[in-house]
Amino acid sequence: MFSMDLLLGAVVLGVLLGCFYAAVSVGLSISFGLLDVPHVAHPAFLVLASYGVYQLNETYDIDPLLAGLAITPLFFLFGLLAYRVYYETFEKRGTDAGVRGIAFFFGIAFIIEVLIILQFGVDQRSVTATYIGKAWRFGEYRIPIRQLVAFAVALALTILLAVYLSKTFMGRAIRAVAQDEEALRLMGANPVRIKQFAFGIATAVLGIAGALLIIVAPVEPTLDRAYIGRTFCVVVMAGLGSISGTLIAAIILGVAESIVLTLFGASWAPAISFAMLLVVLAVRPQGLFGR
Amino acid sequence: MKRRTFLGGAMAVAVAGHGSRALAQQPPIKIGMSMAQTGGLAGGGKASQLGIEIWRDDINAKGGLLGRKVELIVYDDKSSASETPAIYAKLVDVDKVDLLFAPYATVPTAPLMPFVKQRGLLLMGNFSFQVNSKVGHDMWFNNAPWGPADSWASSFLDLGQKAGGKTLALLSADQEFAQNLVLTAREVAKKRNMPVVFDQNYPPNTVEFSSIIRALKAAKPDIVYVSSYPPDSAGILRAVNEIGIGDNVKIFGGGMVGLQFAAVMSNLGSLLNGVVNYNTWLPEPSMYHEGTKAFFDVYTKRAVEAKVDPLGYYLAPFGYAMGQMVEAAVIATKSLDQKGLAKYLRDNEHKTIVGPIAFSADGERKESATVQAQFRGVVDKDVEQFRSSGKQVILFPEKMKTGNLISPFEAARK
Repeated sequence: MFSMDLLLGAVVLGVLLGCFYAAVSVGLSISFGLLDVPHVAHPAFLVLASYGVYQLNETYDIDPLLAGLAITPLFFLFGLLAYRVYYETFEKRGTDAGVRGIAFFFGIAFIIEVLIILQFGVDQRSVTATYIGKAWRFGEYRIPIRQLVAFAVALALTILLAVYLSKTFMGRAIRAVAQDEEALRLMGANPVRIKQFAFGIATAVLGIAGALLIIVAPVEPTLDRAYIGRTFCVVVMAGLGSISGTLIAAIILGVAESIVLTLFGASWAPAISFAMLLVVLAVRPQGLFGR
Repeated sequence: MKRRTFLGGAMAVAVAGHGSRALAQQPPIKIGMSMAQTGGLAGGGKASQLGIEIWRDDINAKGGLLGRKVELIVYDDKSSASETPAIYAKLVDVDKVDLLFAPYATVPTAPLMPFVKQRGLLLMGNFSFQVNSKVGHDMWFNNAPWGPADSWASSFLDLGQKAGGKTLALLSADQEFAQNLVLTAREVAKKRNMPVVFDQNYPPNTVEFSSIIRALKAAKPDIVYVSSYPPDSAGILRAVNEIGIGDNVKIFGGGMVGLQFAAVMSNLGSLLNGVVNYNTWLPEPSMYHEGTKAFFDVYTKRAVEAKVDPLGYYLAPFGYAMGQMVEAAVIATKSLDQKGLAKYLRDNEHKTIVGPIAFSADGERKESATVQAQFRGVVDKDVEQFRSSGKQVILFPEKMKTGNLISPFEAARK
């Protein structure tokens, strides 16, 4: 059943969903896209952040977004530590190539999953906030406010990161280390420290992204598995390391998913997303905005 | 102390000591199963396992079965169908278990059916839906109260039609259990010449349901039958609350898994109001039988330590009942012969804490005891409210009914 109303609604919801996807993927765009770290534990870090937000919301009744902001410094430190362990055990010895680096992060993801289960149990958890469960009415349309919040925060987060990476000294250093680590070393900079800092930023961002995740839908310990495909799909489709590209690729993915869900049947949604990725890679192997 | 009293006491101690030595010396009766400890089904799996463990502890306190202690061997199947065939092969060939209990739910159970049929093994089913319909294994007995395949959808559509519903929308998760459920709904609708105006399956891991609910609303159905799994049920209800479902919908729900679990019910709170959904046990006077209250007294205490569903209505008493049925069969046949046990289970009615259970030829209940209940007066963030009667008014079956349907759905939500 096709109607312009439905199509328009699907596009609007798709843009909102896409911005949310951008928020949960943008950290990976730094860690995997710029730093070339096979960070398959990224969605597990994201879910861990959601549980942190849940704990603060449940115990102190703090707004989920503020709770996300509050855990950001902790996640920055967690990122520094995670990269240091990865560097000392794999990268420094040159054993990070192939599946070994991936195995390290898979191990971390499983440990995080088990720790969450031990602490919180296996049940779904969700947060309360005034904007959850309500909709903004616009004529016949109703748009969930939680999605509008996710849209606005995700947009701000992505723009902030893009500006940080292109306009600040440290941001340009992170880009430089992604382009030519050796040249940076010759200029007297320590690429390992820069990469560690960048990984810290990529993880800190997950504090906010985790808040959005639990605002949009309830979380459970194994939710990371649902996001591993989507986040890597967004980052690869965007072109590795392109932050603004991540936003656009995520919106394309969100709109495509939403249109398929609304007009063609939900079963096709994952297939369409990944088919789009394959088409993009066939036409532009470096991704939409990759160099 | 008089000499006679002393001798009597000494003899009692000796007899008791001898008895426990006999119990300890005999090898235990091993019951093997996999159970979801992680993954989407883990909430239910853990509660179900606790119910079975309470039965094990009760039977061992009574001296075991055939004078032997009962031991459970349980592996985590991660809620996955790909894990269970290897686990059950290990249970049978390596662990050499005496009896098998099925894992919780349809998806992990379905791939086991060819294996148990080929090996001629008794399998006590644990809340799967129609996994034996095509396999036709005559040693399968499901503890769930589903009954005949179409009774679930029939009862829901009956309620919808009585409320004036003429058209149907079907929304279903794209996996075994939900598909079995929605298939019967399609068949019942076809028999009744009821037009299906919306019929969609959504894939596992669907994050956002707003688009789907918008499309469903545009189809303007009268009856909305949803068969979803726990991770999705909350997302669907949230989207329904935000997007709306239309004033013409008379009844919404039917087969949403998850709305039976305390954490999900507590999280959704008032969003549940008006939803008519299936359930298996509710704290209504008509649902108490011998041992039910005592079971829940123990469960409530142990659920806190085990960090499982604090209510445990949906699965735990049926896990216990599964043990009771095996217990009755072993005691009556005085053996662990699987064919003998299967014959006993098939030919007799069994007294359990969830009421009498009798099986039809396909190993499902002869008569459905699945209730359809409407959530009413639910408030946010209060799990304890679900311990009192009246929060889920039973609409079906007739003999357990505690109220009438409030319709249309939007009115019932207020």
